[in-house]
Formats: sequence, structure tokens, C-alpha cells
Amino acid sequence: MEITVQQYKHCDLLAIKGKVDSFTAPELSKAIEKANNDGKFKIVLDLKDLDYMSSAGFRALLVGQRNCKRYNRGEIVLTRAPKKIMDALELTGFTPLFKIFDDVTAAVGSF
Amino acid sequence: MRTAIFPARFDQLNAIRDFVTQAAGDAGMDESGACAVEMAVDEACSNIVEHAYKGMEAGDIECTCDCDDQVLTIILRDHGRSFNVTTVPSPDLSSALEDRKVGGLGVYLMRKLMDEVRYEHLGDSGNVLTLVRRLKSQK
Repeated sequence: MEITVQQYKHCDLLAIKGKVDSFTAPELSKAIEKANNDGKFKIVLDLKDLDYMSSAGFRALLVGQRNCKRYNRGEIVLTRAPKKIMDALELTGFTPLFKIFDDVTAAVGSF
Repeated sequence: MRTAIFPARFDQLNAIRDFVTQAAGDAGMDESGACAVEMAVDEACSNIVEHAYKGMEAGDIECTCDCDDQVLTIILRDHGRSFNVTTVPSPDLSSALEDRKVGGLGVYLMRKLMDEVRYEHLGDSGNVLTLVRRLKSQK
């Protein structure tokens, strides 16, 4: 798994590439924590090149979303989730917990 | 029927997923079926690493894939402590963000994606988790 970070005026864009499972999920958590430690709580996760995510990844998203939303200081939004990932998000009941945008511009523009 | 033995470590999950998706493809399962098997087996093996072998010197996971013209059966055997996934309660997926529990999701997915999940603890012979998915499953 690879994560690339792009900083925008109002949010950070984290593009996740590859597979998130119990082995790689800690890296995703760290990337979100690093943004938080830098005072960034408005985060767009670009899932276009995400091939796979297990419950370990969903847990990382859940914990990240809780931290970002605390004190109304921000939130994590998702964009360009492949169908396979969307299906898994729906199956785990995660879709109500995240705003999901079709394209990056709309996601970044939501902040 | 094919069997492979993997060290019970998270860094082996990728290889385990490849092994079972290959078996699913060879069994004639469609892509969504193969994805379901991939995810269910990943969750099962993650639990074995995390719970069955917790605090112990990590052992192995023996993975056997068997199919006929109706079903694909995946048998996972480990020698860790007993961890009966069939008794893990399902998480409340309608709860709000603050109340949402982080545990139990993997087991929930396993049950949701497979037509059958069976667990047996065989004493010194270890634990056997059997995951079954019909080739033309409606799940």
C-alpha cells in the first residue's frame, strides 16, 4: 500500500493505492494521525487506486473519522471508491458515516 | 483439492488471499464470488493471527481449498488457542459514529459473505474453521 499526500488550502488529500489489510492498515492510521498531529482534520481520501480493504482498514477509517470529527473540527470524506470497495462499505454499514463524492474536485470543494 | 501452509503472520495475508482467489477462479466462481471468498478468508486468517496465536509463538495456518460443481469449501486449520468465531456477536451497524464498535466487524463480514461458517476445536489437533460458498451464491 502507498499513500500520497497533497495539501490544499482547506484540506489534505490522501490518495491510497494498493491493498489495506491487517498488515498495512497501521500505515493508513499513521497517515491520518500525522495529518491530525499537523492540525489537519479535514481530509479527503481518494480511493481510486485502492484494490482491497478488509475490516482492519474500516476500523482505521472509523477511528480516524472519530478523531477528525471531534469538536466539529473537521471530517474525513471519501472519493472515487471503486465498486468493490463501495460494496464492502455498504455491507459494513459504513456509508452513513462518510460523505462520498464521485470526483476529487467535489470532495475537496466540500470543505 | 489444494493445500498450502502459511506462517500465521499479517504479512502473509496477501499470499493467502492470492491462493484462495486463484482457487475460486479455477472453481468457476465469478468475480464477486471470488472477492467474497478473498475477504472472508482474510478476515478469518487475521483473527487466527490476532486471537488464536495471541501471546504465543506464532504457528501456521493450513489452508485447503476444495470444490465440486456446487460449492467451494475453504478449510483453515491452526494450532493456536480456541477462538470460536461463530459465537462472536454481530456489531450494531446502525449505531452512530461515537458508539460504533471497532470489533466484531471481521466475523460479521465472514458470516455475511459465506453461505456457511463452521468451527471445530479439536484439542491438540487444533482448530478447524470451514468456510463454504456456493458457486452461484445469492449472497
